[in-house]
Amino acid sequence: MGDHHHGPAKGLSRWLFTTNHKDIGTMYLWFSFAMFIMGGAFAMVIRAELFQPGMQLVDPAFFNQMTTLHGLVMVFGAIMPSFVGLANWMIPMMIGAPDMALPRMNNWSFWILPPAFLLLASSLFMEGGAPAFGWTFYAPLSTTYAPPSVTYFIFSVHVLGLSSIMGSINIIATVMNMRAPGMTYMKMPLFVWTWLITAFLLVAVMPVLAGAVTMMLMDIHFGTSFFSAAGGGDPVLFQHIFWFFGHPEVYIIILPAFGVVSQIIPAFSRKPLFGYDSMVYATASIAFLSFIVWAHHMYTVGMPIAGELFFMYATMLIAVPTGVKVFNWITTMWRGAMTFETPMLFCIGFLVLFTIGGFTGLMLSIAPADFQYHDSYFVVAHFHYVMVAGAVFSMTAAVYYWLPKWCGRMYNETMGKTHFWISFIGFNVTFFPQHFVGLAGMPRRIPDYALQFADFNMMSSIGAFIYGASQILFLYNVIATIVAGKPVSDEKVWDGAEGLEWTVATPAPYHTFETPPTLDAKPAHA
Amino acid sequence: MCFEAKRLAKLALGPVLMLLSMVSAGVMAAGEKVNEVNMAPGVTAVGQNIFDLHMTIFWICVIIGLLVFGVMFYSIIYHRKSRGVTPATFHESTKVEIAWTVVPFLILIGMAVPATSTLLEIYDVEDAEMDILITGYQWKWKYEYLSDDGENVSFFSNLRTPQSEIYNSEDKGQHYLLEVDEPLVIPVDTKVRFLVTANDVIHAWWVPELAVKRDAIPGFINETWTLAEEEGIYRGQCAELCGKDHGFMPVVVNVVSQGEYDEWLSGKKAEAAEIKELMAQTFTMDELMERGKAVYDRNCLACHGANGEGGVGTAIAASAIATGDLAGHLDVGINGVAGTAMQAFGGQINDVEMAAVITYQRNAFGNNMGDMVQPIDVFNHKKG
Repeated sequence: MGDHHHGPAKGLSRWLFTTNHKDIGTMYLWFSFAMFIMGGAFAMVIRAELFQPGMQLVDPAFFNQMTTLHGLVMVFGAIMPSFVGLANWMIPMMIGAPDMALPRMNNWSFWILPPAFLLLASSLFMEGGAPAFGWTFYAPLSTTYAPPSVTYFIFSVHVLGLSSIMGSINIIATVMNMRAPGMTYMKMPLFVWTWLITAFLLVAVMPVLAGAVTMMLMDIHFGTSFFSAAGGGDPVLFQHIFWFFGHPEVYIIILPAFGVVSQIIPAFSRKPLFGYDSMVYATASIAFLSFIVWAHHMYTVGMPIAGELFFMYATMLIAVPTGVKVFNWITTMWRGAMTFETPMLFCIGFLVLFTIGGFTGLMLSIAPADFQYHDSYFVVAHFHYVMVAGAVFSMTAAVYYWLPKWCGRMYNETMGKTHFWISFIGFNVTFFPQHFVGLAGMPRRIPDYALQFADFNMMSSIGAFIYGASQILFLYNVIATIVAGKPVSDEKVWDGAEGLEWTVATPAPYHTFETPPTLDAKPAHA
Repeated sequence: MCFEAKRLAKLALGPVLMLLSMVSAGVMAAGEKVNEVNMAPGVTAVGQNIFDLHMTIFWICVIIGLLVFGVMFYSIIYHRKSRGVTPATFHESTKVEIAWTVVPFLILIGMAVPATSTLLEIYDVEDAEMDILITGYQWKWKYEYLSDDGENVSFFSNLRTPQSEIYNSEDKGQHYLLEVDEPLVIPVDTKVRFLVTANDVIHAWWVPELAVKRDAIPGFINETWTLAEEEGIYRGQCAELCGKDHGFMPVVVNVVSQGEYDEWLSGKKAEAAEIKELMAQTFTMDELMERGKAVYDRNCLACHGANGEGGVGTAIAASAIATGDLAGHLDVGINGVAGTAMQAFGGQINDVEMAAVITYQRNAFGNNMGDMVQPIDVFNHKKG
């Protein structure tokens, strides 16, 4: 690396004007963590209110604002930006590129996020309160019957969508154009593959979401009746549009998580990923299927039987490629030489809990049974098993795995393992009992409940407080590592880790791969 | 006794749960099924089929889970570096990949067959012996028994749990939040078709033990049905987020013998005739105030507050409407306010109730207007 290259600028302008993929990645990661804490705080309010039957802390209207904002902030503020941050940091380093293909746009796509969330959060202080119609914002509750702040919510969603689309275009452009010579598609690390596919999903469905909120805007302010039956519109149309976005959205959240796990499990098993090709094909199949299953969120809206059957069969099919992935990961571990550092623990936690979430997903796909599960706490338990134990656990694993490479310091392993075990236990105490209350008939999104659900709800709340508190330990561990962690200088921080990112110096210099690396014959993912 | 033993056995699952139960024992009513961990098969053939499907897919998942996690934990225990193993280097096998693609696919086909037949059954609304129109309102249900002679019986079903229980100033009753002033009554062993719709936002009518959940969508009428094989009281709730009091609009269905049902129905018809008579009557201020308070508490309180102080809705105490022109006040009550959560109550409460509640609003909460509304005034106002 030439000496004449400038390092980062000093002060605030470094962050405001940066076009460096590592700086932008760092900002995304910190921003998403801040949102994770905020969304988590909303969840704590929810669980505190549900600690006992009866209304204690908040009123029902505010409770609905909390469930709505919790969902929106976690999905759009915490999980998605965290993986975009990871993509920014890692994709150029994994494919041997000096930076992202469109660095200025990269800066913009990050910096429009904080104002968008500020706008959304500010709605809490507006007259009529924040949006209170659930993160799925079904019309007409979100149109005719919405608080005035809904307009701010719509604008905020537009900006978030803009950010996501730009981020995705950047990733597609980078992966397609900036791979080091010899890095063919089928040699790309799986994290890059899953993100490439995710980026295509985002580009395809974010405009659909933008369309949905624009139609809402028209209904609210310009006298149209897209979703109002009184004017000849169709409230169910909203759900079709929303879930045409919403179902690919859940794979947008989970596919990069698959990528992370596919990087980490081989590293700590000291054995190449089993079935690389089939992993790529399975990811692509899942992405394709995600477009044709949306109405399984709507089994009870009264679709014609033919539609109901189609969506049931298509949804059941998803179990096949998802199963392939789980089998591949386990076969990767099989006859490896495993160690169980914190990233590996989180990946194993992911594997167990995501698989349970997959099983409940399979149960939910059975349309007749879904008539009982739908909109109950069983669904809440299901999607937290795939969102939290799936996406958040793997994201946590990723932070522990690459943090030493990012900052040149090693985190405290004991604290990391403690974080894992408290998270794992807290998570299960929170969400496992929710399967029970859901099956026993407790609907979701209610601020108060019948007495027979009291014990499990209290348990769930205690678990949530434990899980929430364990994230403070995580924050402390990360800061302590950056400030005063034990320095590491090995290029390969983990002895089993493979890939180009482990060939650059530790900590990763401000600019990497200004001249493309030469790839040896063996595949980069092995 | 037996029930207690069963409950204790469940509590033995974990000391944590035991502790929790002791903590909440104070609010736990005896005789309720508590801490259920599974779906209820319910009292219908469809419910039993759904329960069987649920258990089949559950056990399939358990078996696959045991196999997958078994292999994984075997590997975690035996294939660890600390045991001095050298890692293998194999990393692909087309045969294995094909096997674990095809086998799950076959299992899914096996699962799809019974699922399809149950779904077809759920969708078969033919041969229903009676029809009930269910309409979701924020936040109550309206039931209308459709009959050929056009003399439909209809009524609203509101949450009966008092605010004092919800806000913890009184002990919670056994059916806390799952009790209504007037339950839906249907005869046993009769195929009942439900036509489900909504008046404002989307709701969902759910009674787990009758295996019915169907979205109530404004502008659309969904069809579903049930055939209860056992008499009893079955409780459910609205399942689709419908605004502030989504958690407070339960469904209670009373399944009775045909004889009891007939008796109940003729009672309802007599009640309707009585109301018709009341319509022609002139009430005193005290009578109107007494009736009005009951109507207010049932219909207005949730939004406008127990003392007319407002909340989701505007304040009624000292409001321009309640202390203003009588015709304007009636108009708001009957036709609602377009574009807001204030519904048109003209079709929801009868003229006697409307007269009473308007009178009440004008003379309670410090609004001492001193004027009265009689049912005939409401009737005339509606006529225009």
